[in-house]
Amino acid sequence: MISAGETLRMAALALRRNKLRSFLTALGIIIGVAAVICMVSIGEGAKTRIRSSIEGTGTNVIMLFSGSSSGPGGRGGFGSQPTITWEDLRAIQTELPSVLAAAPQMRANQPVVSETSTWTTQVVGTTPDFFVIRNWPIERGEALTASDQASSAKNAVIGKTAADNLFGPGVDPVGQIVRIRDAPVTIVGVLTAKGQNGMGQDQDDAIFIPLSTFQTRMQRGLGKFVPGMIFISAVSAEGIPRARIEIAQLLRERHRLGPNDEDDFSTSSMAEMTSMLTSTTQTMTTLLASIALVSLVVGGIGVMNIMLVSVTERTREIGIRMAVGAQPADILAQFLIEALALAAIGGVIGVLLGIGIGQLLAAKFGWSMVTRGDIVALSLAVSAGVGVVFGLYPARKASRLDPIDALRYE
Amino acid sequence: MAALIQLRDLAKIYQSGEDEFAALHDVNLDIERGEFVAITGSSGSGKSTLMNLLGCLDSPSRGSYLLADRDVARLTRIELARVRNETIGFVFQNFNLLARTSALENVELPLIYAKVPPVDRHRRAREALERVGLAHRAGHHPSQLSGGQQQRVAIARALVTRPPLILADEPTGNLDSATSTEIMKLLTELQHSGMTIVFVTHEPDIAAYAARKLGLKDGAVVSDVRQQPTLEMAS
Repeated sequence: MISAGETLRMAALALRRNKLRSFLTALGIIIGVAAVICMVSIGEGAKTRIRSSIEGTGTNVIMLFSGSSSGPGGRGGFGSQPTITWEDLRAIQTELPSVLAAAPQMRANQPVVSETSTWTTQVVGTTPDFFVIRNWPIERGEALTASDQASSAKNAVIGKTAADNLFGPGVDPVGQIVRIRDAPVTIVGVLTAKGQNGMGQDQDDAIFIPLSTFQTRMQRGLGKFVPGMIFISAVSAEGIPRARIEIAQLLRERHRLGPNDEDDFSTSSMAEMTSMLTSTTQTMTTLLASIALVSLVVGGIGVMNIMLVSVTERTREIGIRMAVGAQPADILAQFLIEALALAAIGGVIGVLLGIGIGQLLAAKFGWSMVTRGDIVALSLAVSAGVGVVFGLYPARKASRLDPIDALRYE
Repeated sequence: MAALIQLRDLAKIYQSGEDEFAALHDVNLDIERGEFVAITGSSGSGKSTLMNLLGCLDSPSRGSYLLADRDVARLTRIELARVRNETIGFVFQNFNLLARTSALENVELPLIYAKVPPVDRHRRAREALERVGLAHRAGHHPSQLSGGQQQRVAIARALVTRPPLILADEPTGNLDSATSTEIMKLLTELQHSGMTIVFVTHEPDIAAYAARKLGLKDGAVVSDVRQQPTLEMAS
């Protein structure tokens, strides 16, 4: 049998002789591989983003909701029936050794008016602990303080998106005054950008005021119950399970629940929400990637089709080669390498195209994209495999031709 | 030394259902090294079948074929390919050159399968083209060459591996008489340089170039005459 280099050279010649056909054949593979790479990269990007948004939130964060739990990560009756009182919150803050801090979060969608524009955003009432728990530092200006809280000061810190929309990009919001429900509120600080949360909401589109200010301005009268969720930080990520048990025991005791009563609250860790969201994303990615994989197989059938046509069309060429001394293995290798080269070239172009399209989509829709080396290697391996598998039959057919029949073929 | 070709009771039988058809039967024939042999006969006489058997393109149904003391009737496909590559050079009626491939590359083809390194390959292919007078057409594709030129490229391809035996199946069948003369001259030269030439033709004046003329009829050799070749008479 002749050398692989020689066979490769012959394959390159044959493919170049039929440029258009070679390209169209490879196109099936190109599209298949590009689709796989694109889907998986975007899926990976979504997973990475969710993971990093959780890490940005803090790995030791627990969320406490009113209402009973209906499974891991899910909850029923949230908000409809507040069951956690301000007294409960204080008990959590002071009595539990595994809890570092706890901060309530009251929210309302409100139009906020600046000198230049009006922007409807999330107005959040909370305590200074909130920013510590959520690992969310001030970028410029000052944070809300305990004295702001004590005096129901009309001070606010603002998220990046809300600031840009109210004052225009590049304008320093610190010191500006906005009106919320006709009350003038002074912006004292700007938060660092946090990006989207796991559910795709822009966390920077918000303005934060002291809880006491929120209660007097937005929701008049002090209710007995804490509306909305409570963010709690455990002493460490490892301390989360311990903290959840302590919180549950405390609340069950305070709510006088019997041993057979269901919890009238639920806790959830960020890690749980992440794993739920990532598994959803994973399912979508797998689904899309398998559809893309099907197109890769269809591309492979295209390769086989063309190689079969090629074998028939070049029967005489095969006869001539055999007459001058080509061995069956030489003919087999020649056609197999042609199929393999088509698939491999298609694979490489497909990878580049997939990354390109992925980045284009990511840029257009604000998705993130992570191209994993192992996925690229796998796609290339699959396309080469497709080339071998679908090239083998036509190549065998060619190599088994009888020289005399092949030469006589018209 | 034994004859280059020794056929003993050689037969080729085609079977279709119950019927058997002997395209060739009981052929006994010796061809010595350096001979110049014409095989003649009408169509259906079995001369092409004989040619394909001699060229190891086809296997006999019965009998033995010793080529250079080797029984090629028993060889595998792989061994037959090697014999075709090393021992035989083929010239076909319809030239059988690879289309869209330069004359030089066509001539190189057998050397590729003989695993000759590229540098030697180019040199030897060029020499072979020079020998058939086509060095100046090395880069041309078959479609850019005349019939006679194409056949000369085919002859260059046949002789480039320096095989002891050149087989030509109706080498002038597709050519006009002037070009035919050129081709026969070329084959005569090759024979003078020591190669054994066996060719098939149905034209008496082409057969006249050979020193030995075999007549086939209904699958059997019916005549075997020695004669004065055309070109030697002229000289």
